[in-house]
Amino acid sequence: MTAHASSLEALPTGLKAALAVGLAALSLFPFVGSDFYQQMVVRMMILAIFAMSLDLLQGVTGLVSLGHAAYFGIAGYALAFFTPPGEPVSLWWTLPAAMGLAGAAALVIGFFVVRTRGIYFIMVTLAFAQMVFYLVFDNKALGGSDGLYINFRPDAGVFDLENKRVFYYFTLVCMLGVFVFLRRLLWSPFGRALAGIRVNEHRMRAVGYGSFGYKLAAFTLAGALAGLAGYLWGAQSGFVNPELMGFHQSAHVIMMVILGGMGNFAGAIVGAFAFEIMLDVFKDLPAIGGFETGKHWQLWMGLFIVAVICFAPRGLLGLAQRLGARPGAPDA
Amino acid sequence: MERGTTPVAGPSPFHGVPWHGLLRGLLTRRFGNTRFSSQRPRPVDLANFLIQLLNSVQYGLLLFMLAAGLTLIFGIMGVVNLAHGSFYMLGAYLAYALSAQLGSFTAAIVVGTGLSVVFGLALERLLFRHFYQREHLDQVLLTFGLIYIFEESRSLLWGDDVHGVPVPPLLTGSLPLTDTLSYPVYRLFMMAICVALAVGLYLLIGKTRLGMKIRAGAFNRDMTESLGINIKLIHALVFAIGVALATVAGMIAAPVSSVYPNMGASVLIMCFVVVTIGGIGSVRGALIAALLVGLVDTFGKVLLPQVSSMGVYMLMAAVLLWKPEGLFKS
Repeated sequence: MTAHASSLEALPTGLKAALAVGLAALSLFPFVGSDFYQQMVVRMMILAIFAMSLDLLQGVTGLVSLGHAAYFGIAGYALAFFTPPGEPVSLWWTLPAAMGLAGAAALVIGFFVVRTRGIYFIMVTLAFAQMVFYLVFDNKALGGSDGLYINFRPDAGVFDLENKRVFYYFTLVCMLGVFVFLRRLLWSPFGRALAGIRVNEHRMRAVGYGSFGYKLAAFTLAGALAGLAGYLWGAQSGFVNPELMGFHQSAHVIMMVILGGMGNFAGAIVGAFAFEIMLDVFKDLPAIGGFETGKHWQLWMGLFIVAVICFAPRGLLGLAQRLGARPGAPDA
Repeated sequence: MERGTTPVAGPSPFHGVPWHGLLRGLLTRRFGNTRFSSQRPRPVDLANFLIQLLNSVQYGLLLFMLAAGLTLIFGIMGVVNLAHGSFYMLGAYLAYALSAQLGSFTAAIVVGTGLSVVFGLALERLLFRHFYQREHLDQVLLTFGLIYIFEESRSLLWGDDVHGVPVPPLLTGSLPLTDTLSYPVYRLFMMAICVALAVGLYLLIGKTRLGMKIRAGAFNRDMTESLGINIKLIHALVFAIGVALATVAGMIAAPVSSVYPNMGASVLIMCFVVVTIGGIGSVRGALIAALLVGLVDTFGKVLLPQVSSMGVYMLMAAVLLWKPEGLFKS
């Protein structure tokens, strides 16, 4: 299969080594980084989980969902609802429940959208995500446009998530777990069927794979994993608002997957880190004369996205591979 | 965000009583942004019904102008354009800036239309032309990047304030329907413009030589090109027409909707819904779907305000179940 070489489905040894170095760097980071950067890396790791969940659809199955943020947001809101104002709530039932809700929403919406393809799929996923967005945005009981506060991080019993370092490692373990799970899934019969659907859906149907079921299962699973990311986001920031499920969030996560390189999950992680670093750089640009360049980060981000699409459409990993250089580790 | 440094103290009043709060919210929900003055009509009130009907048709026609460009650009060039809503915003801001500059709304529309055609041609030549054969994913990201660029350019040029655009003096009056109810002339004027452009578009595509070439190019690009037709020029023209339609829609909507940042976003989503219902590439489908969406949206807001934001999406879901490729697959 030629698809291997291009999408890095099988990770080359050099890349694996680089990822191991990156993992080592991430696990040592809390001992050197300041609180601020530690929080930033936690955010990046959460977004990496989110990006990996989308990669299952976008890179592996070939479904471009422009509404993936909806499931991210639903789980964040679920945590906000589960958490009473005065005390923390147990992690052990709220996390599965939040992921289950996100997955259930993905199952219901997926039932409608998965029967469409190509451009329809893009537009319909976006439209349904907007429906969820407006449902929350217009509804005072759901916090409306102001969002909801989460006063306490979930209570895990055996370890204390209110401790920043513990939360950092909890997120890291979640990210690693999702990565390993998705890598295993990629090479399982289920993952092979999804990849087959991407390469040639008609042929897959002809050999007897019901593509509807496979695509719906992938959509649901991706929604649930996005829910994991959204849950962690809510727990970390202590706040959820409709922006989390907005159109821009969905587009950003697509960009992360593209930026890193699709179809191998490692790219999604690299892309999430790279995207957040770029966003931070753009927002912190110094003022030139009276012109505050940082305030207009959207302009630079827009130009950056257009430049990536024009010049590096296969992402950073693809670019690194093409240049023959050893890909950089996702440094923290 | 650091816990404890949250800017606003305390959770929302409904916090912690989720189910009760949700229920109460759903029962008492009210909509802040009803676009039209809509007191609940008494059941048998013909004039009020007529006003809502006119509103829905007007909204539908405006949506059609936008969706027609979107569906043409997709149907003929195969490009998904998220930046289409930005053209609508651009039109509204052009109407605002030019009518202040030139002192006349009519002149603003004429000059603005000219500018938008030039803008469309330039954009097609510089960027979109190179993306006709690329994957949809690349097109999505390119046009998403463009949204950022357009929004920020708008902010640099015209700032982030909300602006009103005065209705031209000739069209300020209202048409009395009953003793107490009347309908603004300007909205009728909008409808007339939309209908005229829809008919023009129909004639252009269905009845002219250029339209024949456009249809041929959509049907089989290579064959059309080998017959000696300059397909690149055709594509550039179609793109410019699409941009101009969206811009004109923005310009004529400006006096009613006023002019504000990010005004393109919600319109874009509605256009996607319209195109999905109507069938991609079908202008006729876009017209019927736009009118349907206008009806469902307007009457949903009046009759069932609790679920009105869902109505349009429900319609879309129903159509998708019934015909996954839209009502009029081209």
